[in-house]
Amino acid sequence: MSAEFVQLSLVPLLIGTLAAMACAVPGNFLVLRRQALMGDAISHVVLPGIVAAFLITGRVSTWPMMLGAAGAAVVAVVIIELIRRIGRVEPGAAMGVTFTAMFAGGVLLLEQSDTSAVHLDVEHALYGNLESLVWLAADGWASLGDRAALADLPPELLRMGMAAALVLALTALFWRPLKIATFDEGFARSQGIPVRLLGFGLVVVAAIAAVAAFDAVGSIIVIAMFICPPAAARLMTNSLERQLGWSMVFAALAAILGYVLAGYGPGWIGSPHAVSASGMIATISGLILALACLFGPARSRLSAPSEP
Amino acid sequence: MAARQAPTLAASDGITRSAAPDAETAPGPLAIRGMTIAYGEKPAVFSVDMSITPGSMTAIIGPNGAGKSTLLKAALGIVPALSGTVTVFGRPIGEMGRRIAYVPQRASVDWDFPARVQDVVAMGLYRELGLLGWMRPRDRERVRDCLERVHMAAFAGRQIGQLSGGQQQRVFLARALAQDADLYLLDEPFAGVDAATEAAIIGVLTALRDAGRTIVCVHHDLSTVSAYFDHVFMINVSRIAEGPVATTFTAANLQATYGGRLLAAQIRDLGLGDVPRPDAPCPAPLRS
Repeated sequence: MSAEFVQLSLVPLLIGTLAAMACAVPGNFLVLRRQALMGDAISHVVLPGIVAAFLITGRVSTWPMMLGAAGAAVVAVVIIELIRRIGRVEPGAAMGVTFTAMFAGGVLLLEQSDTSAVHLDVEHALYGNLESLVWLAADGWASLGDRAALADLPPELLRMGMAAALVLALTALFWRPLKIATFDEGFARSQGIPVRLLGFGLVVVAAIAAVAAFDAVGSIIVIAMFICPPAAARLMTNSLERQLGWSMVFAALAAILGYVLAGYGPGWIGSPHAVSASGMIATISGLILALACLFGPARSRLSAPSEP
Repeated sequence: MAARQAPTLAASDGITRSAAPDAETAPGPLAIRGMTIAYGEKPAVFSVDMSITPGSMTAIIGPNGAGKSTLLKAALGIVPALSGTVTVFGRPIGEMGRRIAYVPQRASVDWDFPARVQDVVAMGLYRELGLLGWMRPRDRERVRDCLERVHMAAFAGRQIGQLSGGQQQRVFLARALAQDADLYLLDEPFAGVDAATEAAIIGVLTALRDAGRTIVCVHHDLSTVSAYFDHVFMINVSRIAEGPVATTFTAANLQATYGGRLLAAQIRDLGLGDVPRPDAPCPAPLRS
Protein backbone atom coordinates (compact mmCIF):
# COMPACT_ATOMS: atom_id res chain seq x y z
CA MET A 1 0.00 0.00 0.00
CA SER A 2 2.66 2.51 0.95
CA ALA A 3 4.81 1.65 -2.07
CA GLU A 4 1.81 2.05 -4.33
CA PHE A 5 0.88 5.33 -2.65
CA VAL A 6 4.34 6.83 -3.16
CA GLN A 7 4.45 5.55 -6.73
CA LEU A 8 1.02 6.61 -7.88
CA SER A 9 -0.44 9.19 -5.55
CA LEU A 10 2.24 11.17 -3.73
CA VAL A 11 3.41 13.28 -6.68
CA PRO A 12 -0.10 14.08 -8.02
CA LEU A 13 -1.16 15.06 -4.50
CA LEU A 14 1.84 17.35 -4.10
CA ILE A 15 1.42 18.93 -7.54
CA GLY A 16 -2.31 19.38 -7.04
CA THR A 17 -1.80 20.99 -3.65
CA LEU A 18 0.96 23.32 -4.87
CA ALA A 19 -1.08 24.30 -7.92
CA ALA A 20 -4.16 25.04 -5.84
CA MET A 21 -2.15 27.12 -3.36
CA ALA A 22 -0.23 29.00 -6.07
CA CYS A 23 -3.52 30.01 -7.70
CA ALA A 24 -5.29 30.83 -4.42
CA VAL A 25 -2.68 33.38 -3.32
CA PRO A 26 -3.09 35.87 -6.21
CA GLY A 27 -6.75 34.84 -6.30
CA ASN A 28 -7.29 36.66 -2.99
CA PHE A 29 -6.40 39.97 -4.60
CA LEU A 30 -8.19 39.24 -7.87
CA VAL A 31 -11.42 38.54 -5.96
CA LEU A 32 -11.08 41.67 -3.78
CA ARG A 33 -10.38 43.79 -6.88
CA ARG A 34 -13.44 42.36 -8.61
CA GLN A 35 -11.20 40.89 -11.27
CA ALA A 36 -11.99 37.26 -10.44
CA LEU A 37 -12.59 36.39 -14.06
CA MET A 38 -9.12 37.61 -14.92
CA GLY A 39 -7.85 34.14 -13.95
CA ASP A 40 -10.31 32.60 -16.37
CA ALA A 41 -9.28 34.98 -19.14
CA ILE A 42 -5.58 34.26 -18.55
CA SER A 43 -6.04 30.50 -18.63
CA HIS A 44 -7.93 30.74 -21.92
CA VAL A 45 -5.61 33.16 -23.65
CA VAL A 46 -2.38 31.32 -22.86
CA LEU A 47 -3.44 27.97 -24.35
CA PRO A 48 -2.37 28.70 -27.95
CA GLY A 49 0.94 30.05 -26.63
CA ILE A 50 1.62 26.88 -24.69
CA VAL A 51 0.71 24.71 -27.69
CA ALA A 52 2.85 26.80 -30.01
CA ALA A 53 5.79 26.51 -27.63
CA PHE A 54 5.31 22.75 -27.60
CA LEU A 55 5.12 22.56 -31.40
CA ILE A 56 8.35 24.55 -31.76
CA THR A 57 10.41 22.80 -29.09
CA GLY A 58 8.80 19.39 -29.35
CA ARG A 59 8.53 18.92 -25.61
CA VAL A 60 6.67 20.21 -22.60
CA SER A 61 9.18 22.26 -20.63
CA THR A 62 9.01 25.27 -18.37
CA TRP A 63 10.60 28.25 -20.08
CA PRO A 64 9.24 27.72 -23.60
CA MET A 65 5.78 27.30 -22.07
CA MET A 66 6.09 30.50 -20.03
CA LEU A 67 7.41 32.43 -23.03
CA GLY A 68 4.67 31.06 -25.25
CA ALA A 69 2.06 32.03 -22.66
CA ALA A 70 3.51 35.53 -22.36
CA GLY A 71 3.56 35.89 -26.15
CA ALA A 72 -0.07 34.81 -26.34
CA ALA A 73 -1.01 37.36 -23.67
CA VAL A 74 0.65 40.16 -25.68
CA VAL A 75 -1.14 39.02 -28.84
CA ALA A 76 -4.42 39.03 -26.90
CA VAL A 77 -3.90 42.62 -25.73
CA VAL A 78 -3.11 43.75 -29.28
CA ILE A 79 -6.16 41.97 -30.72
CA ILE A 80 -8.44 43.46 -28.05
CA GLU A 81 -7.18 46.96 -28.82
CA LEU A 82 -7.56 46.41 -32.58
CA ILE A 83 -11.12 45.15 -32.22
CA ARG A 84 -11.99 48.05 -29.94
CA ARG A 85 -10.53 50.70 -32.20
CA ILE A 86 -11.36 49.33 -35.65
CA GLY A 87 -14.62 47.62 -34.82
CA ARG A 88 -15.76 50.19 -32.25
CA VAL A 89 -16.97 47.32 -30.08
CA GLU A 90 -17.40 47.80 -26.34
CA PRO A 91 -14.37 46.55 -24.34
CA GLY A 92 -16.17 43.67 -22.60
CA ALA A 93 -17.27 42.19 -25.89
CA ALA A 94 -13.84 42.70 -27.45
CA MET A 95 -12.22 40.84 -24.55
CA GLY A 96 -14.77 38.04 -24.49
CA VAL A 97 -14.43 37.32 -28.19
CA THR A 98 -10.62 37.47 -28.03
CA PHE A 99 -10.31 35.08 -25.10
CA THR A 100 -12.68 32.55 -26.60
CA ALA A 101 -11.23 32.78 -30.10
CA MET A 102 -7.67 32.31 -28.86
CA PHE A 103 -8.68 29.39 -26.69
CA ALA A 104 -10.50 27.80 -29.64
CA GLY A 105 -7.44 28.39 -31.80
CA GLY A 106 -5.32 26.62 -29.21
CA VAL A 107 -7.68 23.65 -29.15
CA LEU A 108 -7.63 23.36 -32.96
CA LEU A 109 -3.85 23.67 -33.06
CA LEU A 110 -3.55 20.96 -30.46
CA GLU A 111 -5.93 18.65 -32.32
CA GLN A 112 -4.00 18.94 -35.56
CA SER A 113 -0.57 18.38 -34.06
CA ASP A 114 1.03 15.04 -33.30
CA THR A 115 1.34 14.96 -29.56
CA SER A 116 1.21 11.22 -29.01
CA ALA A 117 4.73 11.18 -27.58
CA VAL A 118 3.81 13.31 -24.59
CA HIS A 119 0.77 13.87 -22.44
CA LEU A 120 -0.49 16.88 -24.26
CA ASP A 121 -3.75 16.55 -26.09
CA VAL A 122 -7.06 18.34 -26.08
CA GLU A 123 -8.53 16.43 -23.18
CA HIS A 124 -5.48 16.98 -20.97
CA ALA A 125 -5.25 20.63 -21.92
CA LEU A 126 -8.81 21.12 -20.82
CA TYR A 127 -8.96 18.89 -17.75
CA GLY A 128 -5.32 18.33 -16.80
CA ASN A 129 -3.55 15.02 -16.36
CA LEU A 130 -2.84 14.86 -12.68
CA GLU A 131 -3.36 11.07 -12.55
CA SER A 132 -0.58 10.41 -15.06
CA LEU A 133 2.12 12.26 -13.10
CA VAL A 134 3.31 9.09 -11.44
CA TRP A 135 6.72 8.31 -9.94
CA LEU A 136 7.43 4.82 -11.30
CA ALA A 137 10.98 4.64 -9.95
CA ALA A 138 9.72 4.81 -6.38
CA ASP A 139 9.17 1.64 -4.35
CA GLY A 140 8.22 3.15 -1.00
CA TRP A 141 8.93 6.07 1.30
CA ALA A 142 12.62 5.13 1.29
CA SER A 143 12.81 6.34 -2.31
CA LEU A 144 12.67 9.91 -1.01
CA GLY A 145 16.30 9.42 0.07
CA ASP A 146 17.33 7.55 -3.07
CA ARG A 147 19.13 9.80 -5.51
CA ALA A 148 18.51 7.61 -8.54
CA ALA A 149 14.80 7.41 -7.83
CA LEU A 150 14.57 11.16 -7.16
CA ALA A 151 16.09 11.86 -10.57
CA ASP A 152 13.09 10.11 -12.08
CA LEU A 153 10.54 12.39 -10.39
CA PRO A 154 8.17 13.96 -12.92
CA PRO A 155 9.63 17.37 -13.94
CA GLU A 156 6.20 18.89 -13.43
CA LEU A 157 6.72 18.66 -9.66
CA LEU A 158 9.81 20.85 -9.66
CA ARG A 159 8.16 23.28 -12.07
CA MET A 160 5.06 23.61 -9.93
CA GLY A 161 7.15 23.89 -6.76
CA MET A 162 9.22 26.70 -8.21
CA ALA A 163 6.16 28.52 -9.50
CA ALA A 164 4.46 28.25 -6.10
CA ALA A 165 7.60 29.51 -4.34
CA LEU A 166 7.88 32.45 -6.76
CA VAL A 167 4.21 33.38 -6.30
CA LEU A 168 4.54 33.25 -2.52
CA ALA A 169 7.80 35.21 -2.45
CA LEU A 170 6.46 37.99 -4.70
CA THR A 171 3.24 38.22 -2.71
CA ALA A 172 5.16 38.45 0.56
CA LEU A 173 7.52 41.10 -0.84
CA PHE A 174 4.73 43.34 -2.21
CA TRP A 175 2.11 42.50 0.41
CA ARG A 176 1.86 45.94 1.96
CA PRO A 177 1.53 48.03 -1.24
CA LEU A 178 -0.78 45.40 -2.78
CA LYS A 179 -3.04 45.58 0.25
CA ILE A 180 -3.12 49.39 0.25
CA ALA A 181 -3.65 49.67 -3.51
CA THR A 182 -6.42 47.07 -3.45
CA PHE A 183 -8.28 48.85 -0.64
CA ASP A 184 -7.78 52.50 -1.61
CA GLU A 185 -6.27 53.27 -4.98
CA GLY A 186 -6.34 57.05 -4.58
CA PHE A 187 -4.55 56.92 -1.24
CA ALA A 188 -2.05 54.41 -2.65
CA ARG A 189 -1.17 56.81 -5.47
CA SER A 190 -0.75 59.64 -2.97
CA GLN A 191 1.76 57.40 -1.16
CA GLY A 192 3.83 57.01 -4.31
CA ILE A 193 2.75 53.40 -4.86
CA PRO A 194 2.89 52.56 -8.59
CA VAL A 195 -0.70 51.33 -8.70
CA ARG A 196 -0.87 50.40 -12.38
CA LEU A 197 2.45 48.57 -12.34
CA LEU A 198 1.37 46.66 -9.24
CA GLY A 199 -1.93 45.68 -10.88
CA PHE A 200 -0.03 44.50 -13.93
CA GLY A 201 2.39 42.54 -11.74
CA LEU A 202 -0.54 40.85 -10.03
CA VAL A 203 -1.90 39.68 -13.39
CA VAL A 204 1.57 38.40 -14.39
CA VAL A 205 1.87 36.44 -11.14
CA ALA A 206 -1.60 34.99 -11.70
CA ALA A 207 -0.54 34.01 -15.22
CA ILE A 208 2.57 32.25 -13.89
CA ALA A 209 0.39 30.30 -11.48
CA ALA A 210 -2.12 29.49 -14.22
CA VAL A 211 0.51 28.26 -16.67
CA ALA A 212 2.25 26.16 -14.05
CA ALA A 213 -1.05 24.69 -12.90
CA PHE A 214 -1.87 23.82 -16.50
CA ASP A 215 -0.34 20.34 -16.07
CA ALA A 216 -2.28 19.57 -12.99
CA VAL A 217 -5.77 20.79 -13.69
CA GLY A 218 -5.89 21.96 -17.30
CA SER A 219 -6.95 25.37 -18.41
CA ILE A 220 -10.66 25.32 -17.61
CA ILE A 221 -10.85 24.10 -14.06
CA VAL A 222 -8.02 26.38 -12.92
CA ILE A 223 -10.63 29.13 -12.57
CA ALA A 224 -12.11 27.29 -9.58
CA MET A 225 -8.69 27.39 -7.93
CA PHE A 226 -8.42 31.15 -8.40
CA ILE A 227 -11.86 31.97 -7.04
CA CYS A 228 -13.27 29.36 -4.66
CA PRO A 229 -10.61 29.20 -1.91
CA PRO A 230 -10.24 33.02 -1.58
CA ALA A 231 -13.99 33.60 -1.75
CA ALA A 232 -14.57 30.98 0.94
CA ALA A 233 -11.70 32.39 3.02
CA ARG A 234 -13.28 35.86 2.90
CA LEU A 235 -16.29 34.41 4.68
CA MET A 236 -14.12 33.04 7.49
CA THR A 237 -12.36 36.22 8.68
CA ASN A 238 -12.23 40.00 8.45
CA SER A 239 -8.45 40.23 8.28
CA LEU A 240 -6.63 40.00 4.96
CA GLU A 241 -3.67 38.19 6.49
CA ARG A 242 -5.92 35.52 7.97
CA GLN A 243 -7.89 35.37 4.75
CA LEU A 244 -4.70 34.46 2.90
CA GLY A 245 -4.03 31.70 5.43
CA TRP A 246 -7.54 30.31 5.16
CA SER A 247 -7.42 30.39 1.36
CA MET A 248 -4.25 28.28 1.36
CA VAL A 249 -5.78 25.81 3.80
CA PHE A 250 -8.91 25.53 1.66
CA ALA A 251 -6.83 25.15 -1.51
CA ALA A 252 -4.80 22.32 -0.02
CA LEU A 253 -7.92 20.69 1.40
CA ALA A 254 -9.69 20.81 -1.96
CA ALA A 255 -6.67 19.38 -3.79
CA ILE A 256 -6.09 16.52 -1.36
CA LEU A 257 -9.73 15.63 -0.77
CA GLY A 258 -10.51 16.00 -4.47
CA TYR A 259 -7.68 13.75 -5.55
CA VAL A 260 -8.42 11.08 -2.96
CA LEU A 261 -12.17 11.10 -3.63
CA ALA A 262 -11.65 10.94 -7.39
CA GLY A 263 -9.29 7.99 -7.09
CA TYR A 264 -10.91 5.97 -4.33
CA GLY A 265 -14.40 7.43 -3.94
CA PRO A 266 -16.02 5.54 -6.83
CA GLY A 267 -14.62 2.28 -5.40
CA TRP A 268 -16.32 2.95 -2.08
CA ILE A 269 -19.69 3.03 -3.82
CA GLY A 270 -18.94 -0.03 -5.90
CA SER A 271 -17.92 1.61 -9.18
CA PRO A 272 -14.77 0.25 -10.79
CA HIS A 273 -13.79 3.50 -12.54
CA ALA A 274 -12.03 6.49 -11.00
CA VAL A 275 -13.34 9.95 -11.95
CA SER A 276 -11.37 13.02 -13.14
CA ALA A 277 -9.20 14.32 -10.32
CA SER A 278 -9.30 17.94 -11.50
CA GLY A 279 -13.07 17.76 -11.84
CA MET A 280 -13.34 16.45 -8.29
CA ILE A 281 -10.92 19.12 -6.98
CA ALA A 282 -13.07 21.85 -8.53
CA THR A 283 -16.21 20.23 -7.14
CA ILE A 284 -14.74 20.08 -3.64
CA SER A 285 -13.65 23.73 -3.98
CA GLY A 286 -17.24 24.62 -4.79
CA LEU A 287 -18.52 22.60 -1.85
CA ILE A 288 -16.11 24.37 0.52
CA LEU A 289 -17.38 27.70 -0.77
CA ALA A 290 -20.97 26.57 -0.29
CA LEU A 291 -20.25 25.49 3.30
CA ALA A 292 -18.48 28.80 3.99
CA CYS A 293 -21.52 30.65 2.63
CA LEU A 294 -23.75 28.75 5.02
CA PHE A 295 -21.58 28.67 8.13
CA GLY A 296 -18.67 31.13 7.70
CA PRO A 297 -18.38 33.45 10.73
CA ALA A 298 -17.76 36.61 8.65
CA ARG A 299 -20.57 36.07 6.16
CA SER A 300 -23.09 38.44 7.76
CA ARG A 301 -20.98 41.56 7.41
CA LEU A 302 -23.01 43.02 4.55
CA SER A 303 -26.05 43.36 6.77
CA ALA A 304 -24.10 45.48 9.25
CA PRO A 305 -25.62 48.91 9.79
CA SER A 306 -24.04 51.64 7.68
CA GLU A 307 -25.32 54.53 9.75
CA PRO A 308 -25.68 54.85 13.52
CA MET B 1 -5.59 85.56 12.51
CA ALA B 2 -2.45 87.18 11.14
CA ALA B 3 -0.88 87.16 14.58
CA ARG B 4 -1.42 83.43 14.86
CA GLN B 5 -0.05 82.73 11.42
CA ALA B 6 3.21 84.59 11.84
CA PRO B 7 4.96 82.07 14.12
CA THR B 8 3.68 79.08 12.14
CA LEU B 9 5.08 80.60 8.97
CA ALA B 10 8.49 80.78 10.57
CA ALA B 11 8.16 77.24 11.89
CA SER B 12 7.10 75.74 8.61
CA ASP B 13 9.72 77.32 6.37
CA GLY B 14 12.72 76.14 8.34
CA ILE B 15 13.19 73.16 6.05
CA THR B 16 12.00 74.66 2.85
CA ARG B 17 14.30 77.65 2.91
CA SER B 18 17.33 75.39 2.83
CA ALA B 19 15.68 73.31 0.11
CA ALA B 20 15.03 76.33 -2.10
CA PRO B 21 17.49 79.03 -1.09
CA ASP B 22 16.77 81.23 -4.10
CA ALA B 23 13.08 81.62 -3.34
CA GLU B 24 12.27 85.26 -2.76
CA THR B 25 9.55 84.51 -0.26
CA ALA B 26 8.87 81.43 1.81
CA PRO B 27 7.42 78.90 -0.62
CA GLY B 28 3.79 78.05 0.08
CA PRO B 29 2.64 74.63 1.20
CA LEU B 30 0.78 74.12 -2.08
CA ALA B 31 1.07 76.16 -5.26
CA ILE B 32 -0.66 75.22 -8.50
CA ARG B 33 0.01 77.05 -11.77
CA GLY B 34 -2.07 76.86 -14.93
CA MET B 35 -3.67 73.49 -14.24
CA THR B 36 -6.08 72.15 -16.87
CA ILE B 37 -7.75 68.76 -16.53
CA ALA B 38 -10.16 67.22 -19.00
CA TYR B 39 -12.24 64.07 -19.11
CA GLY B 40 -12.95 63.58 -22.78
CA GLU B 41 -13.33 66.85 -24.71
CA LYS B 42 -14.71 69.11 -22.01
CA PRO B 43 -12.32 70.60 -19.46
CA ALA B 44 -13.23 69.79 -15.86
CA VAL B 45 -10.71 72.30 -14.56
CA PHE B 46 -9.40 75.09 -16.76
CA SER B 47 -6.15 76.98 -16.26
CA VAL B 48 -6.40 77.16 -12.48
CA ASP B 49 -3.86 78.83 -10.22
CA MET B 50 -3.89 78.17 -6.50
CA SER B 51 -1.65 79.46 -3.76
CA ILE B 52 -2.32 78.08 -0.29
CA THR B 53 -1.26 80.22 2.66
CA PRO B 54 1.04 78.48 5.17
CA GLY B 55 -0.71 77.48 8.38
CA SER B 56 -4.14 78.22 6.95
CA MET B 57 -7.30 76.19 6.81
CA THR B 58 -8.77 76.55 3.35
CA ALA B 59 -12.14 75.45 2.01
CA ILE B 60 -12.38 74.66 -1.69
CA ILE B 61 -15.97 75.44 -2.62
CA GLY B 62 -17.97 75.43 -5.82
CA PRO B 63 -21.05 73.80 -7.34
CA ASN B 64 -21.28 70.11 -8.25
CA GLY B 65 -19.08 69.33 -11.21
CA ALA B 66 -16.98 72.45 -10.65
CA GLY B 67 -13.79 70.38 -10.47
CA LYS B 68 -13.10 70.67 -6.73
CA SER B 69 -12.15 67.03 -6.13
CA THR B 70 -10.57 66.73 -9.56
CA LEU B 71 -8.24 69.64 -8.82
CA LEU B 72 -7.12 68.00 -5.59
CA LYS B 73 -6.60 64.61 -7.25
CA ALA B 74 -4.67 66.11 -10.16
CA ALA B 75 -2.48 68.09 -7.77
CA LEU B 76 -1.56 64.77 -6.14
CA GLY B 77 -1.05 63.03 -9.49
CA ILE B 78 -3.98 60.68 -8.89
CA VAL B 79 -5.66 61.81 -12.11
CA PRO B 80 -3.60 63.11 -15.04
CA ALA B 81 -3.59 66.82 -15.85
CA LEU B 82 -3.27 68.18 -19.38
CA SER B 83 -1.06 70.99 -18.18
CA GLY B 84 0.04 72.76 -15.04
CA THR B 85 2.70 72.60 -12.37
CA VAL B 86 2.35 71.75 -8.70
CA THR B 87 4.87 72.66 -6.04
CA VAL B 88 4.75 71.73 -2.37
CA PHE B 89 6.84 73.88 -0.05
CA GLY B 90 8.62 75.13 -3.15
CA ARG B 91 9.63 71.71 -4.48
CA PRO B 92 8.08 69.46 -7.13
CA ILE B 93 5.34 67.39 -5.53
CA GLY B 94 7.05 64.11 -6.41
CA GLU B 95 9.80 64.87 -3.90
CA MET B 96 7.48 66.01 -1.15
CA GLY B 97 5.09 63.08 -0.81
CA ARG B 98 6.18 62.46 2.76
CA ARG B 99 4.89 65.86 3.86
CA ILE B 100 1.40 65.45 2.38
CA ALA B 101 -1.50 63.49 3.82
CA TYR B 102 -4.49 62.84 1.57
CA VAL B 103 -7.96 61.82 2.75
CA PRO B 104 -10.03 60.58 -0.21
CA GLN B 105 -13.82 60.67 -0.30
CA ARG B 106 -15.23 58.02 1.98
CA ALA B 107 -17.39 56.63 -0.84
CA SER B 108 -14.37 56.04 -3.06
CA VAL B 109 -13.43 52.74 -1.40
CA ASP B 110 -15.13 49.41 -0.75
CA TRP B 111 -15.63 49.23 3.01
CA ASP B 112 -16.30 45.50 2.78
CA PHE B 113 -12.53 45.05 2.39
CA PRO B 114 -11.15 42.57 4.96
CA ALA B 115 -9.41 44.99 7.30
CA ARG B 116 -9.80 46.16 10.84
CA VAL B 117 -9.77 49.79 11.90
CA GLN B 118 -6.17 49.55 13.12
CA ASP B 119 -5.07 47.99 9.80
CA VAL B 120 -6.39 50.99 7.86
CA VAL B 121 -4.71 53.50 10.17
CA ALA B 122 -1.43 51.55 9.90
CA MET B 123 -1.53 52.15 6.11
CA GLY B 124 -0.58 55.73 6.95
CA LEU B 125 2.83 54.42 8.06
CA TYR B 126 3.61 52.98 4.62
CA ARG B 127 6.23 55.53 3.65
CA GLU B 128 8.07 54.96 6.92
CA LEU B 129 7.84 51.19 7.04
CA GLY B 130 8.38 50.59 3.33
CA LEU B 131 7.91 47.17 1.78
CA LEU B 132 9.05 44.94 4.59
CA GLY B 133 9.53 47.06 7.73
CA TRP B 134 7.96 45.48 10.79
CA MET B 135 5.43 47.34 12.92
CA ARG B 136 7.39 48.13 16.08
CA PRO B 137 5.69 48.65 19.44
CA ARG B 138 6.00 52.42 19.05
CA ASP B 139 4.31 52.22 15.62
CA ARG B 140 1.38 50.38 17.20
CA GLU B 141 1.31 53.03 19.89
CA ARG B 142 1.18 55.73 17.24
CA VAL B 143 -1.74 54.00 15.51
CA ARG B 144 -3.52 53.83 18.86
CA ASP B 145 -2.76 57.48 19.59
CA CYS B 146 -4.13 58.59 16.21
CA LEU B 147 -7.31 56.60 16.85
CA GLU B 148 -7.65 58.24 20.25
CA ARG B 149 -7.39 61.70 18.69
CA VAL B 150 -10.50 60.93 16.60
CA HIS B 151 -12.21 59.12 19.52
CA MET B 152 -12.08 55.75 17.80
CA ALA B 153 -9.64 53.83 20.02
CA ALA B 154 -12.42 51.58 21.27
CA PHE B 155 -13.02 50.38 17.70
CA ALA B 156 -9.40 49.45 16.86
CA GLY B 157 -10.21 45.77 16.27
CA ARG B 158 -13.54 46.31 14.52
CA GLN B 159 -14.05 45.36 10.86
CA ILE B 160 -14.30 48.60 8.87
CA GLY B 161 -17.55 47.57 7.17
CA GLN B 162 -19.29 47.47 10.54
CA LEU B 163 -18.69 51.18 11.20
CA SER B 164 -21.11 54.02 10.58
CA GLY B 165 -20.27 56.53 7.87
CA GLY B 166 -19.02 59.05 10.38
CA GLN B 167 -16.82 56.47 12.08
CA GLN B 168 -15.36 55.46 8.73
CA GLN B 169 -14.54 59.09 8.01
CA ARG B 170 -12.77 59.37 11.37
CA VAL B 171 -10.72 56.25 10.56
CA PHE B 172 -9.62 57.93 7.32
CA LEU B 173 -8.64 61.02 9.28
CA ALA B 174 -6.69 58.87 11.77
CA ARG B 175 -4.78 57.31 8.87
CA ALA B 176 -3.85 60.81 7.69
CA LEU B 177 -2.76 61.73 11.24
CA ALA B 178 -0.47 58.67 11.27
CA GLN B 179 1.40 60.21 8.33
CA ASP B 180 2.34 63.17 10.53
CA ALA B 181 2.32 65.45 7.46
CA ASP B 182 2.66 69.22 7.11
CA LEU B 183 -0.04 69.56 4.45
CA TYR B 184 -3.41 67.82 4.80
CA LEU B 185 -5.64 67.53 1.73
CA LEU B 186 -9.16 66.28 2.50
CA ASP B 187 -11.89 65.50 -0.02
CA GLU B 188 -15.33 66.25 1.46
CA PRO B 189 -14.51 65.10 5.00
CA PHE B 190 -17.90 66.26 6.28
CA ALA B 191 -20.02 64.57 3.61
CA GLY B 192 -22.73 62.38 5.13
CA VAL B 193 -21.36 62.33 8.67
CA ASP B 194 -23.21 62.78 11.96
CA ALA B 195 -22.90 65.91 14.07
CA ALA B 196 -20.59 64.26 16.62
CA THR B 197 -18.17 63.25 13.85
CA GLU B 198 -18.28 66.70 12.29
CA ALA B 199 -17.37 68.23 15.64
CA ALA B 200 -14.60 65.67 16.21
CA ILE B 201 -13.11 66.25 12.76
CA ILE B 202 -13.17 70.02 12.97
CA GLY B 203 -11.58 69.80 16.43
CA VAL B 204 -8.70 67.68 15.09
CA LEU B 205 -8.20 69.88 12.02
CA THR B 206 -8.23 73.09 14.05
CA ALA B 207 -5.65 71.63 16.44
CA LEU B 208 -3.45 70.70 13.48
CA ARG B 209 -3.75 74.18 12.03
CA ASP B 210 -2.92 75.74 15.39
CA ALA B 211 0.19 73.53 15.48
CA GLY B 212 1.35 75.09 12.22
CA ARG B 213 0.08 72.52 9.75
CA THR B 214 -1.82 73.54 6.61
CA ILE B 215 -5.29 72.16 5.90
CA VAL B 216 -7.15 72.15 2.58
CA CYS B 217 -10.67 70.71 2.42
CA VAL B 218 -13.03 70.25 -0.47
CA HIS B 219 -16.18 71.49 1.21
CA HIS B 220 -19.82 71.58 0.21
CA ASP B 221 -21.66 73.16 3.12
CA LEU B 222 -21.63 76.93 2.61
CA SER B 223 -23.27 77.55 5.98
CA THR B 224 -20.17 76.34 7.87
CA VAL B 225 -17.44 77.98 5.76
CA SER B 226 -17.12 81.07 7.98
CA ALA B 227 -17.17 79.05 11.20
CA TYR B 228 -14.67 76.35 10.17
CA PHE B 229 -12.22 77.95 7.76
CA ASP B 230 -9.99 81.01 7.61
CA HIS B 231 -9.35 80.90 3.85
CA VAL B 232 -11.55 80.02 0.90
CA PHE B 233 -10.87 78.98 -2.69
CA MET B 234 -13.84 79.36 -5.03
CA ILE B 235 -13.89 77.40 -8.25
CA ASN B 236 -16.26 76.70 -11.10
CA VAL B 237 -14.04 75.03 -13.69
CA SER B 238 -11.96 78.24 -13.60
CA ARG B 239 -10.79 79.88 -10.42
CA ILE B 240 -13.26 82.50 -9.26
CA ALA B 241 -11.61 83.85 -6.12
CA GLU B 242 -9.09 82.95 -3.44
CA GLY B 243 -8.23 84.57 -0.14
CA PRO B 244 -9.21 85.05 3.52
CA VAL B 245 -12.81 84.16 4.29
CA ALA B 246 -13.46 87.64 5.69
CA THR B 247 -12.74 89.40 2.41
CA THR B 248 -13.30 86.67 -0.21
CA PHE B 249 -16.41 84.80 0.93
CA THR B 250 -18.71 87.55 -0.34
CA ALA B 251 -22.12 87.57 -1.93
CA ALA B 252 -20.63 88.75 -5.23
CA ASN B 253 -18.06 85.95 -5.37
CA LEU B 254 -20.66 83.35 -4.41
CA GLN B 255 -22.92 84.61 -7.18
CA ALA B 256 -20.02 84.39 -9.63
CA THR B 257 -19.16 80.86 -8.47
CA TYR B 258 -22.61 79.34 -8.26
CA GLY B 259 -24.43 81.51 -10.81
CA GLY B 260 -28.17 80.97 -10.86
CA ARG B 261 -27.81 77.80 -8.83
CA LEU B 262 -27.53 79.71 -5.61
CA LEU B 263 -30.62 81.72 -4.81
CA ALA B 264 -30.30 85.22 -3.50
CA ALA B 265 -32.22 84.10 -0.41
CA GLN B 266 -29.61 81.46 0.36
CA ILE B 267 -26.83 84.00 0.14
CA ARG B 268 -28.77 86.31 2.46
CA ASP B 269 -29.08 83.40 4.91
CA LEU B 270 -25.31 83.23 5.07
CA GLY B 271 -25.36 86.76 6.45
CA LEU B 272 -23.37 88.20 3.58
CA GLY B 273 -25.75 91.01 2.70
CA ASP B 274 -27.52 91.57 -0.58
CA VAL B 275 -26.60 90.06 -3.88
CA PRO B 276 -25.44 92.53 -6.50
CA ARG B 277 -27.84 92.95 -9.39
CA PRO B 278 -26.89 90.82 -12.38
CA ASP B 279 -26.54 93.90 -14.59
CA ALA B 280 -24.12 95.57 -12.22
CA PRO B 281 -20.67 94.99 -13.73
CA CYS B 282 -18.79 95.03 -10.44
CA PRO B 283 -19.51 94.74 -6.74
CA ALA B 284 -20.19 97.77 -4.58
CA PRO B 285 -16.81 99.56 -4.47
CA LEU B 286 -16.95 100.60 -8.12
CA ARG B 287 -20.61 101.52 -8.23
CA SER B 288 -20.89 105.16 -9.22
